[in-house]
Amino acid sequence: MNAPQTVMDINLIVNGVQVSREVEVRTLLSTFLRDDLGLTGTHVACEHGVCGSCTILVDSQSVRSCLLLAVQVDGTNVETVEGLGSLGSLSPLQDAMWREHGLQCGFCTPGILMSIEGEVRSGASAEAICDEVLSGHLCRCTGYQNIRTAIHAYFATKDES
Amino acid sequence: MRPGAFRYVSAISLDEVLQNLSEFGDESTLLAGGQSLIPLMNLRLARPEVLIDLNRIPGLAGIDIVGDQLRIGAMTRAVDVVTNSTVAGSLPALSRATAFIGHPQIRNRTTIGGNISHADPSSELPGVLAALEGSVTLRSIRGERNVGWNDFIVSTFTNSREPDEMVVDVRFPLRTGWTFAYDEVAPRHGDYPLAGICAGVQIVDGVVREMRIVAVGVSDRPVVLSEVAQASAGRELDETLIKELSKIGREELHANGDAHASSEYRKWLVGTLITRILGNFVLESR
Repeated sequence: MNAPQTVMDINLIVNGVQVSREVEVRTLLSTFLRDDLGLTGTHVACEHGVCGSCTILVDSQSVRSCLLLAVQVDGTNVETVEGLGSLGSLSPLQDAMWREHGLQCGFCTPGILMSIEGEVRSGASAEAICDEVLSGHLCRCTGYQNIRTAIHAYFATKDES
Repeated sequence: MRPGAFRYVSAISLDEVLQNLSEFGDESTLLAGGQSLIPLMNLRLARPEVLIDLNRIPGLAGIDIVGDQLRIGAMTRAVDVVTNSTVAGSLPALSRATAFIGHPQIRNRTTIGGNISHADPSSELPGVLAALEGSVTLRSIRGERNVGWNDFIVSTFTNSREPDEMVVDVRFPLRTGWTFAYDEVAPRHGDYPLAGICAGVQIVDGVVREMRIVAVGVSDRPVVLSEVAQASAGRELDETLIKELSKIGREELHANGDAHASSEYRKWLVGTLITRILGNFVLESR
C-alpha cells in the first residue's frame, strides 16, 4: 500500500505534447495549466465549478479544470484552447465564433469552445449543444444569441464538408 | 483559490481504500467525482488531512439488474446513467432525474455514489432513492452492510457512513406494476431545484392501489408526503383527485424558506409539481 503523498510526478499529453512535471498534490489542474505550463488560454473565474470558463478536454470529455487536481490527469490526454487553432489558422469552430460575433470580451470563450468541441466529438446535435451545453457557461456580454448562431453556422459548414 | 494542504493517495484497489480508511478514519475523505468536494476544498470549507482518490480503481462503476433491483456501482458517472439503456428501460425516472444534475461538463465527472453520499438536500437522486425505498451498500475491513435510504441520509450533507466505511453501490428496487416519474423547478436549467418531486403510483383496475411521493429541495433531507399517498389509495386518478392531492401536499409539507424561495412559494411549487406529474400519469395511461 502506497503511503499518502504531498508531491507527485505526473506524465501526460497536453495538446499533443508529452509533459512530465512534479506537482504538489493540492495543485488544481487549472493552476497547473496556467502557472506551470504557461497555457493561460484556460481562464479561471469562479474556481468552484459554476462559471465554466476553465472547461477543457480530458480524454475528449469536457470537464471543469478547477474541479480536478493535476495529479488526477496523470496518464491522460489533455486539450486546451491552445490546441484548437491559432491566430491566422483558426479551427472551423473558432472561425464560426469569430464570423458570427459569438464573443465580445472573450473571457468565457475558451471554455465554451472546449465544451462545444467535446460535445461535437460525442455526437451531440447543434440544438442539444445550444440548449444543454451553453447552460454550463456564464457569458455576460453576448446574451448567448450570437453563440447559438455560431454553433449553427459551424454545423452548417461541417455538414457541407 | 486552491485547496489547503493535504496528503493524497490514488488507490488502485478497493482493499487499498478500505485499509486507508481503517488507518486514517475521520482524518480521511474519499474523492469520487469531486464536483461537490473540490469546490468545498477550494473554498476551504472542507480541509481533509488525507484524500483517498477512488478514480483509478477498476470495477467500482457499472449498471446491472440484480434480481428485482437496479444496482449502480458507486463510481458510475452521471453521464453514463443518463445515456444507459438499462436505466432508460427499467427506471426512466432515474434517467430523467440524473439529467437534471448540473451541466454536461459536471455530469461527465459526477458519480452516483458521491451524489447520494453528499446528501445535499437539493439533490435529485436521494429523492428518487427515497421514493423507491432504495438502499446503499457500505463496505469496510469489518465487512459489508446494506442500509436503507432512510437510515443512510441523516440531514444536510450528513449520512450515517462510519469513518472506516465506503459506499460501493446504490440499489434502486424495481417495483412491478409501478410507474415512477421525476420533475423539478429551478431558476435556470442546471441550477439546484427550488423544489423537486419523485412520485410513483401503482394503478390496478383504474384505481390507485398505492402511491409513493417524495419532495426534495424543501427541507434538510427528502420528505415523504405520506398524507398525499394515503388520500390517493382506492381512488380513481382523475382531475378531481389530483386537485385534492395537490392541496394536501401543500398543506402537509413543512418547507424551508431561504434567499432563493420562501416557504410558501416552495409549498406552491410542490403542489404544482404534484399536479404536473400525476397529470402525466393519467395522460400516459390513456
